[in-house]
Amino acid sequence: MITVVSSVMILGVIGIFFGACLAYASKIFYVQLDPRVEKIADTLPGANCGACGAAGCFSYAEGVVAGTFPPNACTPGGKDVAAIIGEIMGCAVEEVTPMLAVVHCKGGRKEARQKFEYMGVQDCKAAMLLAGGNKACEYGCLGFGSCVAVCPFQAIEMGDNGLPVVYPELCTGCGLCVKACPRHIISLIPQTQKIYLACANPEKGKAVKGVCEVGCISCGICANKNNNPSGDIVMEGGLPRIDYHDNLRILPGATRCPSDSFVIEVDYPPVTYDADKCDGCEGKPKPLCVKICPSKGCLTFDAEQKKAVYDSGKCVGCELCISECPVVAFK
Amino acid sequence: MDIKIIFLIIIYSILIQNFVLSRFLGLCPFFGCSQKLSSAVGMGLAVIFVMVLASSITWILYTYLLDPATSVMGFLATDGVAPDLTFLRTIAFILVIASLVQFIEMFLQKKVPPLYRALGIFLPLITTNCAVLGVAVLNIDGFSAIGLDGKLTFLQSLVQGFAGGVGFLMVLVLMAGLREKLELETIPESMKGIPVAFIMGGLMAIAFMGFSGLSI
Repeated sequence: MITVVSSVMILGVIGIFFGACLAYASKIFYVQLDPRVEKIADTLPGANCGACGAAGCFSYAEGVVAGTFPPNACTPGGKDVAAIIGEIMGCAVEEVTPMLAVVHCKGGRKEARQKFEYMGVQDCKAAMLLAGGNKACEYGCLGFGSCVAVCPFQAIEMGDNGLPVVYPELCTGCGLCVKACPRHIISLIPQTQKIYLACANPEKGKAVKGVCEVGCISCGICANKNNNPSGDIVMEGGLPRIDYHDNLRILPGATRCPSDSFVIEVDYPPVTYDADKCDGCEGKPKPLCVKICPSKGCLTFDAEQKKAVYDSGKCVGCELCISECPVVAFK
Repeated sequence: MDIKIIFLIIIYSILIQNFVLSRFLGLCPFFGCSQKLSSAVGMGLAVIFVMVLASSITWILYTYLLDPATSVMGFLATDGVAPDLTFLRTIAFILVIASLVQFIEMFLQKKVPPLYRALGIFLPLITTNCAVLGVAVLNIDGFSAIGLDGKLTFLQSLVQGFAGGVGFLMVLVLMAGLREKLELETIPESMKGIPVAFIMGGLMAIAFMGFSGLSI
C-alpha cells in the first residue's frame, strides 16, 4: 500500500514539477510564427534551389510574409505557386514569363576538336583549371557535366555527343546550371522561344572553322536586312544577339546560317502552293519566291514550265513566300 | 576519486564499448541524421547535452527518491524505511528525458532556427533514443567491464554520460563523412540510401571490435 501511495505521489510531483518548468520555459522562449509562413512553405516545391534569391524555400516563405520578396519569385513553382501565394497573402500577382535553360554550344565530340586527352576529375570546373580545358574551342561546352550535377530537378542530362540535353518538361528555369557552367554558356530564354544560337565563339571565319564544324563564323548572314527584316538579330562583337519576340521573325535568318549554328526546334506547318496561279514572275531574272526562300531546295524554278517548283519536305514554315508572291500562289 | 576509473570510463564509452557501434543503442539518429555533416554535428552535440543532463538528473532522482537505501522518503513509512521504488526507474527516467528534450527543442527553435529545421523530426526522437535512456540505466547498473559492480557515483555518471555522447558524436560524424562521399558513387538503385548505410554501419561496427583487445 505504502509503495502504491509513494510511487503515485513521486511520479505526480515529478510530473507537475517538470510541467511547470516547461510552461515557464515556453514563455521565455516564445517564438512568434506567422501561420502564413507555414502555409506558404507548404506550397513551395521544397527543392531549396535558390532561384528566388532566398537561402531556401522556408527563408523565401518568411521573406514573402515579411514583404522583402515578391510573391512571384519562385520560378520552379511557376504560375500555380504564385497564384496560391497571392491568395494566402491577399495580393495580386504579376505574370512572370516561364524561362528555359539552353546551352549555347552545338559542338560535341563529332563536330569539335580536342586539344588533348583529359584524364583528370570529370568535372567542367576541374577541367578548366588545366590549360583552360581540353576543347580546341575556348568558348565551347566541355561536356563533363557540372550543369548536370547541380540541377535539383534532373532536367539536364549529358547526351551521347558530349553535350548536355535539357528536358523542357522538367526544367523550371531556376538558373542553377547557369551559375554552375564555368564557361558561362548556359542562359535562360523564354520557354516560348524555340530558336536560339548554339555557339558562344566570337571569333571569325577560319579561326572558328578550324576548331568546330558548327561554330558561328560571324558572317552576319542571319542579321542581314533581307533575311531579318524585323531587326531582331543584331551582330554584336562577332556573335548575333537575338531579341526574343517571335520565332517566325528570326526563322529565315536562322535557317540561312552557313555553319548550321542555330538550334531550331520550331515545327511550323509547310505552306500550300497552288501551281496554277504561278506565272513564273515574268520579266524578273528569278522568281521572287525562289529568291526569298531560306530553305535550300524548297523552291526551285522550272525554266521549261516557267513555274516555281515547291518541295514541302524542305519547307520551314517561315511564310515569307506568302507575302512575296504577287499572284498569291501560297497560303 | 580514483582518476584511473574516470579515464577508463572515458576510453571504454568512446571506443571499446561505443554506444552506437558496440552496444547498438541510438541507431535511429545514427541512420536518419547522418546524410549531411552539418546536421550530424548538430545532432551529436544535442545528444551530448541531453545525455549529460539526463545522467545527472536521473541519478539524483534515483538516489534520493527511488533507491530505498539512500532515499529521503523514509518519513512515509511507519518504520522509517523508505519503500523500494526502483521499479519506477524506467518511467521516471523517461519523464525526465522527455522534459529535457522538450526544453532543448524550445531553446533551439528560438536561438538556432536553421539547426532546429535541419534536425526536424529527429530532435523530439532523442526522447525515445535508447542511447539516452541507456546511459541513465547503465549508470545505475554499473560498469562490469571496469570492475564497477554497483551504482556509479555522481561524478562517474556524469563522465559516462559525457563520454557516451562524445562517442555518439564521433560515430555520427564518421558516418556522415562516409555518406557524403557515397553520394558521388554509383550505387544500385535498390541499395541507395538506408540499405548501403546499414552495410557501412555494420562494417564500422566490425572495425570497432578491434578495440576490444585494448587493455589498460
